[in-house]
Amino acid sequence: MAEPMIRIQGLYKIFGVAGEAVLPMVRDGMGKQELLDTHGCVLGLRDINLSVPPRCIQVVMGLSGSGKSTLIRHINRLIAPTAGEVIVDGTDVAGMDGAALRDFRRHRASMVFQRFALMPHRSVRDNVAYGLTVQGLQSAEVEKRASRWIERVGLHDFADRYPGELSGGMQQRVGLGRALATDPDILLMDEAFSALDPLIRYDMQNMLLDLQTELKKTIVFITHDLDEALRIGDNVAILRDGGMVQQGRPQDIVLTPADDYVADFVKDVNRGKLVRVESIMKPGTTCASAPAIPIGTRLERAALALSEAAAKLGKVTDRDGTALGTVSQLDLLDAMVRRRRPSP
Amino acid sequence: MAKNAWWIEFPQMERETLVAIRKALDGAYRDFSRSYGDVIEAVFEPLLYFLVWFEKLLLNAPWWSVLFAVCALAYLASRSWKIVAGAIVAFLFIGFFGMWEDTMSTMSMIAVSTLLAIALGVPVGILMARSDRTQAVVTPLLDVMQTMPAFVYLIPVVMLLGIGKVPGLLAVVIYAIPPVIRLTNLGIRLVDREVLEASDAFGASGWQRLVGVQIPLAFPTIMAGVNQTIMMALAMVVIASMIGVQGLGQPVLRSITNQYFTLGLLNGLAIVALAIIFDRVSQAYGKRLQLQYKQAQHG
Repeated sequence: MAEPMIRIQGLYKIFGVAGEAVLPMVRDGMGKQELLDTHGCVLGLRDINLSVPPRCIQVVMGLSGSGKSTLIRHINRLIAPTAGEVIVDGTDVAGMDGAALRDFRRHRASMVFQRFALMPHRSVRDNVAYGLTVQGLQSAEVEKRASRWIERVGLHDFADRYPGELSGGMQQRVGLGRALATDPDILLMDEAFSALDPLIRYDMQNMLLDLQTELKKTIVFITHDLDEALRIGDNVAILRDGGMVQQGRPQDIVLTPADDYVADFVKDVNRGKLVRVESIMKPGTTCASAPAIPIGTRLERAALALSEAAAKLGKVTDRDGTALGTVSQLDLLDAMVRRRRPSP
Repeated sequence: MAKNAWWIEFPQMERETLVAIRKALDGAYRDFSRSYGDVIEAVFEPLLYFLVWFEKLLLNAPWWSVLFAVCALAYLASRSWKIVAGAIVAFLFIGFFGMWEDTMSTMSMIAVSTLLAIALGVPVGILMARSDRTQAVVTPLLDVMQTMPAFVYLIPVVMLLGIGKVPGLLAVVIYAIPPVIRLTNLGIRLVDREVLEASDAFGASGWQRLVGVQIPLAFPTIMAGVNQTIMMALAMVVIASMIGVQGLGQPVLRSITNQYFTLGLLNGLAIVALAIIFDRVSQAYGKRLQLQYKQAQHG
């Protein structure tokens, strides 16, 4: 695997004046409530390890209070860690001095916020241009690049309006345009679509996925919405009470939840639309007449293909048509409907 | 014997001690003003030139051009013809009753002291907003400045600089500056944290954040402070006439000493008219800004 773009190692965050002092106790396993009661400190993050490969969408999921927003703010050091490393492209963000950090934020990583955080006194155009203005570019250059991104997020007709005049979805397009305008390698999205209503959210997810096929950024996306996480994430990490519960590909999390907490989370997920056939296929071969199911097919599609061919068994093939294994109707059904318990 | 017991009469300090303390403090301040008065006067020299230049400008310009400038400013700030019409009526009344020159003097005094108060007060307010410790130190000072009887300021200022325009200006600024400081501090503290975080996330430096986000978003609140400052400056101008400040305060002072009721009333009304114009214009301006941002915050 390629060198990860973002590598978070042994990250701890304890809020409160005595943060550093109580760190050893937290390392020894003191719980969140006990820490609050005895020392008045709030445990933000506990021993987070996470690697984000370049050009992937890493989703970090958790309920409110799980520390997910705290985690994403460590990547551009809006919050400084109590202990641990946040290594982005070989450099530890936690160790940067003021100028290096500003430079990092101006050029390497930008952020999209849950409640948009647009500047009410600036027009859409000036909001999108904000990062470029901060970089100190010439106004002609700023204008050129901002216009391109205003166009790209579909706000051409609204460039001279103010954020207050736009709907939530449009405001977040401004937020996205503002983040992309500086052409960063890393896009940090803190519950970027959570404040939008479902249809608009779906549109924005599509827009993000479209942009991603073209731009290939490294995206860290925070959400509390499982469907959103599974839909857009190449990888998903699940946080609970400041600790990492599980990380992996969406289908791994659905098929083999690490514990009851995750299992509870994923119990209502439509696995037929999410899980791919290769993850449940069995080794072996079958007769040549069995219907071929190309690798990457979702379970629902595979089941449909088998029932249309009136076959009990299908062969899973790679792109060249070589058989890789078999999958049976029973396996498909089982994978789609059986309630999963965490693997022992 | 019992008459002087401590539980009947408050045990106050010896009269001689009190006199000695007062003498010592007064003497020290007098020595200070004798040795440094000239230096301090020199420091304020440019201010005096500016004040005199501005006053001459207003006095020498034809009355209709001043009226036109006032109306233009009023319209640009408030976008309201009603306020402009009110200003015209007020100034015609002032001119007709022979108070034009005093009014120009007062206006130049107000303008210069307000500018000075903004130039000093906004930075102080910004410093206060940046540090809780500064706020803890400055707030009680402002409380003292606002509650101390205005006449008390006149004494040290006169001892230091004598009577005239500059000491008057200083007294007015000291009296009028607290609101602009307080509201600058408040306005900057009220700026949305999320917007500030966004500006940090894009790598803005402290200066870029201040100029690009904090001041613009605090601006309507700062304007409310400026409005209050103008009102207080107007109130102080009358008191400052006691130390030789020209303007509408002089005839008022004369009316008090000579019991000229009508003269006092007319000049008082002129001050009221000025106050109303300044207040309506600056408030309308602040409201216009606030409306624009409010709209922006609740889409």
